[in-house]
Amino acid sequence: MSHHEINYKDLIINGIFKENTIFKLALSLCPAIAVTSNLRNGVLMGIAVLFVQVMVNITISLMRPFIHPRIRLPIFMLVISGWVTVTDLLMAAFAPDAYKQMGLYIQLIVAFASILARAEMFASKNTVVPSIFDGIGMGTGFLFALTVISFFRELLGKGTLWGISILNAKPLLIMVLPAGGFFAVGILMALFNWIDKKYLTSSSTHH
Amino acid sequence: MEFSRLFELIISASIINNFVFTRFLGLCIFFGVSKKMETAVGMSITFTAVMMISAAISWFVFNFLMVPLDITFLKIIIFIGIVAGFVQASDTIMRKVAPALYYKLGIYLALISTNCIILAVPLINSGEKYSFIESIAFGFGSGIGFALALIIMASIRERLELAEVPNAFKGTPIAFVVTGLIALAFTGFSGLITI
Repeated sequence: MSHHEINYKDLIINGIFKENTIFKLALSLCPAIAVTSNLRNGVLMGIAVLFVQVMVNITISLMRPFIHPRIRLPIFMLVISGWVTVTDLLMAAFAPDAYKQMGLYIQLIVAFASILARAEMFASKNTVVPSIFDGIGMGTGFLFALTVISFFRELLGKGTLWGISILNAKPLLIMVLPAGGFFAVGILMALFNWIDKKYLTSSSTHH
Repeated sequence: MEFSRLFELIISASIINNFVFTRFLGLCIFFGVSKKMETAVGMSITFTAVMMISAAISWFVFNFLMVPLDITFLKIIIFIGIVAGFVQASDTIMRKVAPALYYKLGIYLALISTNCIILAVPLINSGEKYSFIESIAFGFGSGIGFALALIIMASIRERLELAEVPNAFKGTPIAFVVTGLIALAFTGFSGLITI
């Protein structure tokens, strides 16, 4: 283990940019559109996912020696749904207003391919500390994506940010409609691709 | 239970509150399998069947097991168990009955068990306290709605392959923009029936 040190900074950068769940892998897309019509819901959802991802990674990496490889997937699902239930109950207790609007999507975090994928690909093969950093990286990447999407949708669609009025111009109603969510994600994804091709490709070829 | 109520429920679940375009569920599968018409049709049939049957099973478990035992807060864990178990069964059946289709859909079938659209049906059913027949009708309507979305999208994407798309938009981004346009058309249905 000592001859290949895991670089924690790289783990986090990897989650936010190179393997960004939404913009690069195009996974876990449902909440990216469903809850991002305002900034507050987007950020809350991102934090919920970050929490579940880190806790699942910690639990799986701690249980690693005891899980028989043949039944690992059902056990991962059990761990994930356990932590999602915890998040669900916490949200219902402490953020009842937001929960009313996005309760279904909080419960559906359990079906995120990205969380199961990290448990399978990373946490089940690494010790606790790198798993925590991996969870933070992937979760932050998700939080970042949701924040960007909901920032633009609320600003353009309602002229407000976090409920506070910013723009005086007539808002583009379409951005808060379902259709606007698809447009926003499509355009931001293309922007990410463009930046990636233009600036990041040359620096990421050396590994 | 009168027929008109069920009809309303099916129309509402399939068109007005379409899972893909207004509830944004099952998007990973939606973008994953909508590249070819053939796979889209196979997937739609599997989905509708799985949704109806898992709605029925989970209704029984919810009303006869979880409510009397007062463990409804565990519904996420229990429903995912039911869905995963049932999908595993349908996976095996499909491998025997239609191996060609299985070969094409194999990877997505594995993903069904952890798919939000399948899990959402029992969650919504229990949240809305639908009766047994209503639950199945809701599952059927949702399945039809998802099939409609997949087939529309697949037929557009087959053409899109030939179109010239700006480099950065190639692949998923342009699919998102197209979905946005369809969703815009679907907004026209809102208010058709109010339940």
